[in-house]
Formats: sequence, C-alpha cells, structure tokens
Amino acid sequence: MNFVAAIGRLLISFFQAVGRIAMFTGLALFHSLRPPFYPRLILRQMIDIGYYSLPVVGLTAIFTGMVLALQSYSGFARFSAESAVATVVVISITRELGPVLAALMVAGRIGASMAAEIGTMRVTEQIDALTTLSTNPYKYLVMPRLLAGLAMMPVLVLVADIIGVFGGYIIGVNKLGFNPAAYLKSTFEYLEFKDVFSGLVKASVFGFIITLMGCYHGYHSQRGAQGVGTATINAVVSALILILVFNYMITELFFAR
Amino acid sequence: MSTNLQTPKIKVRGLKKAFGNKVVLDGLDIDVMPGESVVIIGGSGTGKSVLLKCILGIIHPDAGSIEIDGEEVTRMSSRERERVMRKFGMLFQGGALFDSLRVWENVSFGLVQAQGMDRVQAKDIAIRKLAAVGLGPEVGELLPAELSGGMQKRVALARAIATEPDIILFDEPTTGLDPIMSDVINDLIVDCVKQLGATTLSITHDLASARKIAHRIAMIYNGKIIWSGPVSKIDYTGNAYVDQFIHGRAEGPIKVEVGAISDPLPGSRR
Ligand SMILES: Nc1ncnc2c1ncn2[C@@H]1O[C@H](COP(=O)(O)OP(=O)(O)OP(=O)(O)O)[C@@H](O)[C@H]1O
Ligand SMILES: [Mg+2]
Repeated sequence: MNFVAAIGRLLISFFQAVGRIAMFTGLALFHSLRPPFYPRLILRQMIDIGYYSLPVVGLTAIFTGMVLALQSYSGFARFSAESAVATVVVISITRELGPVLAALMVAGRIGASMAAEIGTMRVTEQIDALTTLSTNPYKYLVMPRLLAGLAMMPVLVLVADIIGVFGGYIIGVNKLGFNPAAYLKSTFEYLEFKDVFSGLVKASVFGFIITLMGCYHGYHSQRGAQGVGTATINAVVSALILILVFNYMITELFFAR
Repeated sequence: MSTNLQTPKIKVRGLKKAFGNKVVLDGLDIDVMPGESVVIIGGSGTGKSVLLKCILGIIHPDAGSIEIDGEEVTRMSSRERERVMRKFGMLFQGGALFDSLRVWENVSFGLVQAQGMDRVQAKDIAIRKLAAVGLGPEVGELLPAELSGGMQKRVALARAIATEPDIILFDEPTTGLDPIMSDVINDLIVDCVKQLGATTLSITHDLASARKIAHRIAMIYNGKIIWSGPVSKIDYTGNAYVDQFIHGRAEGPIKVEVGAISDPLPGSRR
C-alpha cells in the first residue's frame, strides 16, 4: 500500500511540475507579445549562446565526425560496404549527432549559467527590484533568453553539421584512402533536404528547452546559495532529459512510417 | 500637516501573512497620509521588510486589505498593479542592485525602462543623483560588485529616488553607513519629503535617524502595530515595549531568547 502511495505522490508532483512549467511558459509567451521589447538584451543573449558556444560545439562536432568515419569504415568493411562511409557520416551528423550533441553541450554551458544568473537575481531580490522599477521580469529576463535559444541553436547546429562532415572527410581522405572528390560526391549524393531540416527543427526545440529550463529553475530558485546550486543542477538535468525525449518524438514525427 | 479628511496614500487594514506555521504579520493596521514621513521601528525578524513587500505586491498577504490612494491593490490584475507600481520607489534592505549593469545604469534604470528617457539624458540625471548621495561621477562607471557595502546602499538609495516617485519606501536606509554619512542620508530623505512632496515609509533601527526623518513613528511587535504617535512623543509613550526598544535594554516585556554562550553544545561530550 505504501508503495502505491509513494508512486501516487511521485505522479502528483510530476504533474504539478509539468503544470507549473506550462504556466511559466504561457506567461513568458504572453508577455513576449506585447512591448516593450529589449533588442539589446536579445542580441547579448544571442552572442552568448551562438558565438561563445562555438568552440565547444565545434570541438564536439569535429571529433564526432572523425570517429564516425573510422567506426563506420571498420564496421562496413565486414560486408564490403566501405563506400557508404560518407553517406553514413553526413546523415548521422545532420539528423542526430549534430543537434543532440550540440544541445547537450549547450545545456551544460548555457542552461547552467542562466539558472545561476537568474537564481542569484532571485535570491538577492534583483527580480523584485525589477518589478518595483516597472519592468516585467518575464519580458526583461525570460523572453530574450527564450528567443535567443530558439534562434541561435539552429545556426550553431548548422555550423556543427559542416564541421562534423569535414571531420569525417579528413579521416576518409587522409586515413581511409578515399578520393577527395569521390568522398564529397557521395556525401551530397544521397543527402536530402529533410535530413538537414529535421536536424535544425530539433535544434530550435532544444534551444527553447535549454533556455526555458534555465529560466524556470532560476526564477523559482529557493533562498540562499544552496538554492541557486540546486536550481542550476535541476536546470541542466531536466534539460538533458527533455532533450532526449523530444529528440525521439521529433524523429518519430519526421521519419516514422 | 495632514488632516484625517484626506485619503491616505497607504492604508493597510488587518494584514496577515504567515510562512508555513510561522505567523509574521497578524492583523496589522497602518495609515500613511500624503506628504507624511512614517518610520517603523521594531525588533529584528518582526516582519518589517515583509510589510513593505506586501505593500509593493512582491509578497501576497494571506488576508487583509491594502489601499494606495484609495485603490485596493491586493486583488488587482498584474497590469493594473504595474500602473500603481509606478508611484513607488523602493530601497531594498540588501540593496538589490543589478550586478550586470554599471552603477549609473542602475540608478537610471527606472528612467530609461519605465519612462523611456534616452540614455544620455538619463545618465546626466543618474550622475546628479549619485552626487546627492555623496558619490562622484567616476563611481557611475563601476559595477556594483566593485563598491563597498555602504556605497552600494547609497547607490540603491539614488536608484530609489531617481524617478522622483510619489511614495518611497526605505528599508533601513542608514544601516551600514558611518554616522556622518547617515546624517547626509537623513537630510536627503527629509529633502525628498519637503522638496518633492513625497510620502515616505521607512524602516530603521537607528533612532537618531528615526527622530530626524519621521513625522510619526510606529512600533511593530508580534505582527501588529502596538504604538504609533508623533515623533515628539516617543520618549513619553508610557508603553513598556517602546521604552525598552528605544533604550535598547535586554530586560523588559520583549523577550529575546538566547542561550548562554558557555553552554555545552547538545550532544557534545566532554
Ligand atoms: N520569503 C520568505 N520565506 C519564508 N520566511 C520568510 C520570508 N521572508 C521573510 N520570512 C520570515 O519572516 C520573518 C520576518 O522577516 P523580515 O525580513 O520582515 O524581518 P525584519 O523585521 O525586516 O527584520 P530585520 O530588521 O532583521 O530586517 C522572519 O522570521 C523571516 O524568517
Ligand atoms: Mg528587514
């Protein structure tokens, strides 16, 4: 009986959390439709997400592309399908690994820093101060971050796609003995628009999830330094889980028959 | 200075607020008339800051009514509330400066964001407000983290008065300042009332400051205002609680629970 009660409690708190996050999202979207807008803040967030995440995302992408080329070559050699390496690399990167790995990296970087920043603002009463200065914190803090996440993640992932494919190319040509022109030709021969597009849609959704979790957990941070720490952890962990779940759902939406 | 026929700027009735089972405000009543300067005194943790936050709508009271210029604000929509908020300036106890913005941007925040003033003009005003709290223009370019505690307090004060609001709430304006600077700040608050015609509600532990800035003093105890009267009567209240507080005596009707410092710690073996 206790066991059932525990499960029940877990379910209730789960749905409460979902409800609160939905409320938060609704409020943020509602407030983002009416002026004032803050272009300077949006730009700053865009630079933070898009530009300063480039090194870590690029590094992830190039090594992923390189490993992918190596692995698929040695795997496919077992049934003499080595020629498929280029195609496998480009499809895996654009559809899956580009968006997902970039999102995981950005979740650690941006999600954590947003939760910590907004959480600190909450516990030091800076958010209260905003409202007393007639500034809506949803408009001033949340909306620029959500918008920047939504807009910049696809750009970041597009760059990651290119770097990842390039990583595969380097290994394919220099190590596995592919002819450069032939490798490039088979990279693009079977690539469909949908492969890249679905990856960019994922990127946008992931960008929204990461910034939403960062803002939500920071905004509702408990008092004290410990509260901010917990908010940061929750922001990253919940973003990671949601990214994995939504990754499956979007894949299903695009590719299931 | 004010007649009872006027509508109070702030009228609080039966305000209640508890956190969990800890009752902080327990049916508190207070009025602040236009142009009046009221100072609230009371022990640490008696709910003075909570009262100000309820008036500002940052904390939602459990019961009671709050009227600003005769308008009930506790059940207002967030949009209407924003309109009423424009009448207020608030100095937070901890300063609450925006640490990602420079000092002058902090001071001019209300001017730029709420009133849409352009940044050049707003910076001018910010520099003048900083001068009024005894800070030079070079301080304007610093970040809040680069200031001392007392300087942060003064910047927060400059921010609270920058938009020349109708009603200004000061949460411990002189705490953490040296005696001379405290007096400068007291004069500044008096000027706000005299020259700008602002209504102020202040919290302080500093009785010298209270005597200087207040028209009326109110003492909060156990979630209620237990005494309130003109500043001239503060020494002759005949109220044992007020007497104990203003003379700073540990003995009296207000009990402060403390353990002796030499008591062995519970569970410590020696
Ligand atoms: N957000 C909150 N959550 C839980 N308890 C709170 C909260 N804010 C205040 N309290 C509690 O309410 C009580 C009153 O707090 P408040 O900050 O109003 O005290 P104060 O009178 O301003 O004291 P001080 O003079 O030390 O600033 C305290 O016991 C505090 O623990
Ligand atoms: Mg306080």
